[in-house]
Amino acid sequence: MNKLFDLLKRVDIPTLIIFVFLISLFILAAFTKVSIPSLLSDSLKRIGMNGVLVLAMVPTIRSGIGPNFGLPIGIIGGLIGALVSMQLGLVGYFGFWVSVLLAIVLCTAIGILYGWLLERVRGQEMMVGTYMGYSIVAFMSIMWLLLPFSNPDMVWAIGGRGLRYTLTLQDYFGYVLNNFLKFKVGRLEVPTGLLLFFVGACLVVYIFFKTRMGLAIDLTGQNERYAISSGVNTKRARLIAVVLSTIIGGVGIIVYAQSYGFLQLYQAPLFMTFPAVASILIGGASIRRASITNVVVGTIAFQTLLTIALPVLSQVTRGDITEVMRLIVSNGMILYALTRAPKEAN
Amino acid sequence: MEKFKRILVSNAVPIAFLALSISAVLVARIPPLFLVSEIVRRLSRNTFLVLSLLIPIVAGMGLNFGIVLGAMAGQAAMFFVVDWKIKDIPGVIVAMILGSVIATLLGWLAGLVLNRAKGREMITSMILGFFANGVYQLIFLFFIGSIIPFKTRQFLLPEGVGLRNTVDLYGSIASALNKVWIVRIGTVRVFVVPILITVGLCFLIYFLFKTKLGQDIRAVGQDMHIAEVAGIKVNKIRIIAVIMSTVLAAIGQIIYLQDISTINTYNSHEQVGLFSIAALLVGGASTRRASIWNAIIGVLLFHTLFVVAPSAGNKLFGQPQVGEFFREFLAYAVIAFALAMHGWSAKKGKH
Amino acid sequence: MEKALEMRNISKSFYGNQVLKNVSIDLMPGEVHGLVGENGAGKSTLMNILFGMPVIHSTGGFEGEIFVGGQKVEIDSPRKAMELGIGMVHQEFMLLPGFTITENIKLNREITKSNFVSKLLGKSLETLDFSKMRRDAKEALASIGMTVDEYLPVAGLPVGHKQFIEIAREIDKKNLKLLVLDEPTAVLSETEAEKLLDAIRFLSSKGISVLFISHRLIEVLKVSNRITILRDGAIVDQGPASSFTISEIAEKMVGRKIDMVGLPPRKTEPSDKDIIMSIRGLKVAMPGESVKDFSIDIRRGEILGIGGLAGHGKLGIANGIAGIFPASGEITLDGKPYRLNNPAYALNNGIVYLSEDRRGVGLLLNESIEMNIAATAIEAFDQFTKRFFLFKIYDTKSIRNHALEMIKELDIRCKSPTQPVRRLSGGNQQKVCLARAFTLKPRILFVSEPTRGIDVGAKKLVLDHLVKMNRDHSITIVMTSSELAELRTICDRIAIVAEGRLAAILPPNATDAEFGLAMAGELQEVKASE
Repeated sequence: MNKLFDLLKRVDIPTLIIFVFLISLFILAAFTKVSIPSLLSDSLKRIGMNGVLVLAMVPTIRSGIGPNFGLPIGIIGGLIGALVSMQLGLVGYFGFWVSVLLAIVLCTAIGILYGWLLERVRGQEMMVGTYMGYSIVAFMSIMWLLLPFSNPDMVWAIGGRGLRYTLTLQDYFGYVLNNFLKFKVGRLEVPTGLLLFFVGACLVVYIFFKTRMGLAIDLTGQNERYAISSGVNTKRARLIAVVLSTIIGGVGIIVYAQSYGFLQLYQAPLFMTFPAVASILIGGASIRRASITNVVVGTIAFQTLLTIALPVLSQVTRGDITEVMRLIVSNGMILYALTRAPKEAN
Repeated sequence: MEKFKRILVSNAVPIAFLALSISAVLVARIPPLFLVSEIVRRLSRNTFLVLSLLIPIVAGMGLNFGIVLGAMAGQAAMFFVVDWKIKDIPGVIVAMILGSVIATLLGWLAGLVLNRAKGREMITSMILGFFANGVYQLIFLFFIGSIIPFKTRQFLLPEGVGLRNTVDLYGSIASALNKVWIVRIGTVRVFVVPILITVGLCFLIYFLFKTKLGQDIRAVGQDMHIAEVAGIKVNKIRIIAVIMSTVLAAIGQIIYLQDISTINTYNSHEQVGLFSIAALLVGGASTRRASIWNAIIGVLLFHTLFVVAPSAGNKLFGQPQVGEFFREFLAYAVIAFALAMHGWSAKKGKH
Repeated sequence: MEKALEMRNISKSFYGNQVLKNVSIDLMPGEVHGLVGENGAGKSTLMNILFGMPVIHSTGGFEGEIFVGGQKVEIDSPRKAMELGIGMVHQEFMLLPGFTITENIKLNREITKSNFVSKLLGKSLETLDFSKMRRDAKEALASIGMTVDEYLPVAGLPVGHKQFIEIAREIDKKNLKLLVLDEPTAVLSETEAEKLLDAIRFLSSKGISVLFISHRLIEVLKVSNRITILRDGAIVDQGPASSFTISEIAEKMVGRKIDMVGLPPRKTEPSDKDIIMSIRGLKVAMPGESVKDFSIDIRRGEILGIGGLAGHGKLGIANGIAGIFPASGEITLDGKPYRLNNPAYALNNGIVYLSEDRRGVGLLLNESIEMNIAATAIEAFDQFTKRFFLFKIYDTKSIRNHALEMIKELDIRCKSPTQPVRRLSGGNQQKVCLARAFTLKPRILFVSEPTRGIDVGAKKLVLDHLVKMNRDHSITIVMTSSELAELRTICDRIAIVAEGRLAAILPPNATDAEFGLAMAGELQEVKASE
């Protein structure tokens, strides 16, 4: 009992509210005709889909930069990787892994540039990151129109130039992870490969933060002057954190796309950032501290909330209230994190 | 020579934009008269909104992305005015009063929030804008017609709850201010009243910074700690600055929408923050320093490019979309650049 | 005559750490009262209380009473202090750089005239009356002998001018009864400082009391009527200025009670023949503690003390050697050239540094005790690591074992090695720092202010442990401290720094007077004249 009380004291109020809300939704669902197993399979899928993107927040938060609001920068790298793989006509697992590999290479390069910029604007990283993300997405929108991609599945049917808004991955590497070792329990469908990939990614990041380099990032974020006096090159540590976050973002969008079945270009990358930031915060992170547990808990809570809310609430109200709810919950969560007095500063 | 160089460097952004605008105009080969009339019209409808950003900058709170809240307040007021069938000038005046009341309340709340996030006002005001957008949608998509009474069926969705995507103002307050006094110079039409209101605001801002309150705002903007020690109520001054900005944005949005004549219920307010801020920055303002002239020059340059970009894109790449994306890119990039410069100089200042 | 100010039995604690104990101080009208003490003696806290600064009230207020003009007062905000006629010139400039001199002098006391808007909407919209404000500003500046154009912005002015503008601002307050000057001459040249002392005398002649805080003891003696000496949050002496000499003040500031405990003997005593580190012409750019030209030879196996008054650069030395602040100079370690400005290099060569800023630099406050002890060793030496497939990760088990050992060895009072260090008392936090340092197997341990902000019982334990590290593990220790007494308790030699240079190297049993003179930078002159 005492332990439970201790735990409750440690949990943030918004996190608590969201969990209470979630539980009440489940109770509500029991009274409606909504099938809970299919809801659960849906939310399992969405957890795996979005989890890696949420994971991208960990390195930058831990290095003291704050949530990576420049996530679209990494996403662009991932999209280019996937596009090149499609253009080459690669399919199945091969197509997927080539995309991932290309994404890693590209994101490393972009991440170094982005990290270099952030180092120059210390203290304004969140804002600069957001607008760098916006600018790059707008710039790449032009590029999507002009780059010489020629695969007829990718370009506009009329004119033959410029990439489409959404590209179907059906014939390429759509659902490869979801279908890997997929099994069904009654009506509950488990996308094993997708979940394994998410767990694997979490594990890699977890282990990374136990290495010297990961620890260096941690020390830099917790107390920069302590880090310096421990012989850490703090600039380098922050740069590595940004590169790592960018890479995870790039890989994350490929995982997302293969599960969704479509590659979304143009404005789409912009809508990934705030839900990802909100997820990790819902999981109990602050803009200065984050753990893998925060990622997992946050992603599960947020994604389940969204999947459950849609069918359940649509029986109670009219129309798609989930989109509005997503806006309010995610931005409300970020707002709360930004305005709460930092406990760290005594 | 040295001095010339310094002027060039400190005005790099407006000069670069001037060059860009001129070349875009040349490429697009847009009829000059059309261009002039477009610019004049945009000057009369957008400048007020841009000016609403000035006070928080002077108060040291950076670019107030929260003017979106003001825009929402203005829009909300207009919906009701339309519903209550108050037309023309009385309609606009009622909308402005109602909008100001809502904006005062929202500005006060925003001020409280921003006082809890000192040093991160910009990102917080931006997120606050997104959050408010969610609440706005909740109200106008789900509450209006059900909890909140709304009589005009034609603007509601078929079920009778929630506003339609567009609410058109023809026959109520469309062009209410514009049509009072139109001066024609050749084919160029000048809407005098909105311009007069904007000029009035310029004088008002000028006057504000000659008063005790204005002096307090300036002091808080330079250094909160010193202002506090001098006995100035810092938090209160900051809240006042945000309220003023939000109220001005509400009025600005009304001026803007009466010109446009239709309200995009769920989009009109969204881009207000982005384009107003980009315009101000293009005019040579920074996150810490901005003047009335920055606002005017900024609107002039930014909107020139705005008008010509699609046709320039079409001429250059054969796709008008390229131009559209390009102007969007410029809006974002100029903000990113200004923010980066702000971070850069803030860092230098510390060492 | 009615006293201008009386502060009676003032006590104040921060986070359970008492920084002021029963301090009483009073000023007659027109009196200049010098307040001296080391950094951390409690001067700033006392002034913050007098000025009603928010930091006092947000940390639980204070005990004691304040009387202004014989009336008991509650000062709960700077505004209240101002209303009572108390003005302050702060250590850091309280001037807005973008404002003109006039605007700064008249900050929040602007002269306004009404206009039609203000008649409608209230006083805060009254227009500023610049011509009247300028006239006042000019007058205030002239009264302290400044001739500077009052319409210039403050940003480009020389620092000396800024100080005078601050004073002019206070003088301009017509109800000013008491002016607090916190380190006003620290940034001034000698002639400027002289002018400032004249300004103080002028204020005093007008019946305004002045509370003068300074590390420049000569100036304090020159201008004050009475002097109060603070140490460790308590008054150690108070009396007419004529009853003190500089070295007496210095001596009292740093304390003199010593209990010479018998230190354990060594097998071989350190000597000048065996030098572990030789420092020549060290310059360190540490703000407020800059080292200008410091040279010394550190003997292998000794405990070397570094003392001196605050602001003279004693703290800069260790910071420079450890690579925390930019430094230059000729340093050799074991006869080989030693690289400066590189913290990693310092660690790899066994130079370990424990900062005077324990909470700011020395600890990860939110992290566990075990991580605090081990993190630096993992980073610098790859200690406590193991292979895990492709990665080399830190080994929780060996960290835990080591931490448990250290907790036992140093008697760190804690619930478990996973407890965050934030929750520990100051003394136990310092022990965690010592454990961290010991883990790094130092050849030379630089430790600064090891007992600052910890209670008396823990102080002794920390010092005992330093001696133990020195004797049992032959670690050479360089200890910097503001407390002369503790330096004299455990050090073999004590180097006194004055004005960023070595003033003297004294044995621990040198007389108080010698230490006092050395700190005032006058010992060498005395010796030369003998």
